[in-house]
Amino acid sequence: MSLNAKTLNEEEFFYGHKACAGCGGSLAVRIALKVLGERSIAVLPAGCMSAVGFNFPQLCFGNNAIISTFAGTASMLTGIEAGLRAQGITDFQAVGFAGDGGTADIGLQALSGAIDRNDDILYICYDNEAYMNTGIQKSSLTPFGAKTTTTPAGKNIRGNLRPKKNMFEIVAAHGIPYAATASVGYLNDFIKKVEKASKIRGTKYIHIIAPCPTGWGIPTDETVNIAKEVVDCGLWYLAEYENGEYILNHKPKEFSDVEEYLKKQSRFRHLTEEDIETIKRSRDLKWEALNKNFRNN
Amino acid sequence: MKPYLRDKLPQKLSEIPDFTAYEAGYLVTKNAGWRNVRPEIDKEKCVGCLQCYLHCPDGVIYKDNGKVAVDYDFCKGCGICKKICKVGAIRMEAEK
Repeated sequence: MSLNAKTLNEEEFFYGHKACAGCGGSLAVRIALKVLGERSIAVLPAGCMSAVGFNFPQLCFGNNAIISTFAGTASMLTGIEAGLRAQGITDFQAVGFAGDGGTADIGLQALSGAIDRNDDILYICYDNEAYMNTGIQKSSLTPFGAKTTTTPAGKNIRGNLRPKKNMFEIVAAHGIPYAATASVGYLNDFIKKVEKASKIRGTKYIHIIAPCPTGWGIPTDETVNIAKEVVDCGLWYLAEYENGEYILNHKPKEFSDVEEYLKKQSRFRHLTEEDIETIKRSRDLKWEALNKNFRNN
Repeated sequence: MKPYLRDKLPQKLSEIPDFTAYEAGYLVTKNAGWRNVRPEIDKEKCVGCLQCYLHCPDGVIYKDNGKVAVDYDFCKGCGICKKICKVGAIRMEAEK
């Protein structure tokens, strides 16, 4: 039987942390650790989750957890896995929780190296679409049009000019044993993917959308709904990569309104009709490619 | 292990480790003061579907005799539980 709310480990391994109310990233970390259990060793680079989890003496992880250098999440995971293996310890899972900046910008080469060596680690990227911990600066996973402190919205330039980097397919292009995308709006899907990843040997990568009420400009109780909506309107997709094949897990019958999704968030409120058309066009192009290259399941 | 509140804060220098490792799950402060509103669970209406427990970013909702209860020491009052509850068993009350 697959895990769900009723069968999930009742223990909490990420508790009493200082994340903002309604934090999507902390929800992703909490759920992943409930699936992986006490024998997981968490590595957290600079980012929200290390900032809110380790305020000595307030230490909020119930399992072994360690802060790594910003760029070194994956290499520290490699070291932990190799060190424990050398001691003959096998019943553990080395898991990394890095943000979008710590994954797609700063930690990319360490991650790429770990996938190349096929180290037996699980890397989870909680993607809140900007450097939220330092006060909302653009990362390469910030979507087109989003207002951040380094891509402000003015009369001529309206927020971020560049589209979101396609991290999932970049990772998959390494020929990784398992990669997946997820969203905190679809937690059962995420639970299934973490559970599946924990049973696969080799490098695993899960990319989960984790809304940030502070950075996105949404009420604290909207985190889960907005994470659901980003999937329903087609701007994010739930997929897996396994055995050299892309699989689409969830295909909305009809997309919900992109404009409605965007206008709920203050980071997109400045967008013009034209910008929204651009976003819709790029979504349609993306889905054309998804329908062509991804198998439905 | 669920991190839990300790009675004792490290006070003296000798109680603070001189290396970077420390006991896991060592909590010394509550988060209750962050809250403007608090979730109140109507046990009559609650059907025990556990969706609030699943979606709580702080993990403060726990199973309680087939229903749920809230650990108010660490609830930040974000209101996700109220939004996710299909039967309307959770309402947000202002903190006084």
